[in-house]
Amino acid sequence: MLADEDRIFTNLYGMGDCTLAGARKRGHWDGTAGLIKKGQDWIVNQVKESGLRGRGGAGFPTGLKWSFMPKNSDGRPHYLVVNADESEPGTCKDREIMRHDPHTLIEGCLIAGFAMNSKVGYIYIRGEYIREKELLQAAVDEAYDAGLLGRNACNSGWDFDLYLHHGAGAYICGEETALLESLEGKKGMPRMKPPFPAGSGLYGCPTTVNNVESIAVVPTILRRGATWFASFGRENNTGTKIFAISGHVNSPCVVEETMSISMRELIDKHCDGVRGGWDNLKAVIPGGASVPLLPKSLCDDAIMDFDWLRDHQSGLGTAAVIVMDQSTDIIKAIWRLSKFYKHESCGQCTPCREGAGWMMRVMDRFVSGKADIEEIDILLQITKQVEGHTICALGDAAAWPVQGLIRHFRNEIEDRILQAKLSA
Amino acid sequence: MLRRFHHTQPDGFEFSKENLKWARDQIAKYPSGRQVSAIIPLLWRAQEQEGWLTKPATEYVADMLGMARIRAYEVATFYFMFQLQPVGTIAHIQVCGTTSCMICGAEDLITVCKERIATKPHQLSPCERFSWEEVECLGACANAPMIQIGKDYYEDLSQKSFEALLDDLFTNRKPIPGSRKGRFSSEPQTGVKCLAEYENGKAKFSPAVSLAQMEGDQ
Ligand code: FES
Repeated sequence: MLADEDRIFTNLYGMGDCTLAGARKRGHWDGTAGLIKKGQDWIVNQVKESGLRGRGGAGFPTGLKWSFMPKNSDGRPHYLVVNADESEPGTCKDREIMRHDPHTLIEGCLIAGFAMNSKVGYIYIRGEYIREKELLQAAVDEAYDAGLLGRNACNSGWDFDLYLHHGAGAYICGEETALLESLEGKKGMPRMKPPFPAGSGLYGCPTTVNNVESIAVVPTILRRGATWFASFGRENNTGTKIFAISGHVNSPCVVEETMSISMRELIDKHCDGVRGGWDNLKAVIPGGASVPLLPKSLCDDAIMDFDWLRDHQSGLGTAAVIVMDQSTDIIKAIWRLSKFYKHESCGQCTPCREGAGWMMRVMDRFVSGKADIEEIDILLQITKQVEGHTICALGDAAAWPVQGLIRHFRNEIEDRILQAKLSA
Repeated sequence: MLRRFHHTQPDGFEFSKENLKWARDQIAKYPSGRQVSAIIPLLWRAQEQEGWLTKPATEYVADMLGMARIRAYEVATFYFMFQLQPVGTIAHIQVCGTTSCMICGAEDLITVCKERIATKPHQLSPCERFSWEEVECLGACANAPMIQIGKDYYEDLSQKSFEALLDDLFTNRKPIPGSRKGRFSSEPQTGVKCLAEYENGKAKFSPAVSLAQMEGDQ
């Protein structure tokens, strides 16, 4: 188990003192000005060397993303935007950072802002997280009062303002360009790329959008060193990571662990095991709603990191682990995700707007068994026609869980259909 | 998804004095000329003031931000947290129905809503004090199943504890937010397995629940 002294989020459960004084006691805001004085290149290089990959789902190397920002301003301001629109079903990790360890995020914003020549940052928090917003705002206010934000923030010589902005219940705003549209006061409909946000993002200015956790780990990485962070996890999958485990485990929880921990260890050590024991496991969705599920046979040896899960046709996503035991109606569990994607499609691209509805309606009938066996392949066909044919990844996200279900549980769908025919 | 303004609308809308001041502060967060960015927070405040989002309120905010009204209608109808019809005056209960909550019993909670509040979502109870809807993942899945009422999350529910929560609401008692299984926040229910040093010093309530309790005391 990850030792407490190697945890970045030492107040994950909010049992300690959440105020600035408490955060300082736990080592945050320690020597921040000194880190900033080491310069932008040093910071970006440290983040690159740490191997940090984006914690919002895609796993793109954070340092590399930062280096896409123009080195010098052409007169346009640069923006840092933090994606706190945590909405991927299963995911509840950034919530804990914002309500319990907010200063990790605020300090990270200052450092990341400086590293990317940005004097203004916006944190876009999902609208439902009202208490989280209030707690985070209180921490931002504290930071301003203590001179850690604003002019000459933290005596670093850098001016940095940080604002909170909230959404109003649209999953799609977790997609970075939809988020920017929303932040500009519009419907959250994803933009075509290119141009990428680093060239033209918020208000047409160079912008980097990062997940909460990606930003919040940076100060500790700089303080303890890139090699410290990189010492956890397998190559190319480094660091510590917050996992959220929900569903049929004895004790669901949110916990920071090392990347590349085995799924079994994660569930057994932190969640007191699968309900009814490991053999009662049916399947796990290892990274939030949009990644394909893994049947128990694969869970036995599963390693919780980007590469292992990708190699097994799933993904780490947001590290939101949804555990389902033998009692689960797996077809219905995935149908509920189809319903989710149908509800959340922004409606801009036809394959996603229409396809998400088709997928849900066919899944509807699979749940009751009122379908024909041939329709399993027809549904698979539909998912392929949605996947890769839309502006953003929501179409893919809607297709993958269904593909995963058919890949691993085709038998069960067939059985259900045959059963229904027999009893008709 | 098609969403429309309610068929019956009030005559007008105006921000209260405090809300007007608050709105001006919000607008100041964005660069000059970019005041439209403030539309979601302002519409949300209008909804908080009225209980639901009316068409006159949407138009008022559009005019205030100097934007075409159609753009404001688009925003109001796009984002699901904007309630475009009246909701229960005491509580609008939002039950998370997405997979983590569903496999932990959210359907039982919805059944209770149908029996005790109204048969259909977004329908007012006969006394008009309650309404409910099923919402998508609220980002508290490690505490499933859960619901939101107003600003607060009520977590780790069962049919029984949810019924008790409704009993409280029906008799004008404000339930305490947070876990119904005695968890502080998202730690394992059997006790923390890490960061144990903070456990003894912890407050009675988690920070979020404390906020709610403080407001309740006012
Ligand atoms: S699925 Fe209900 S809170 Fe995430």
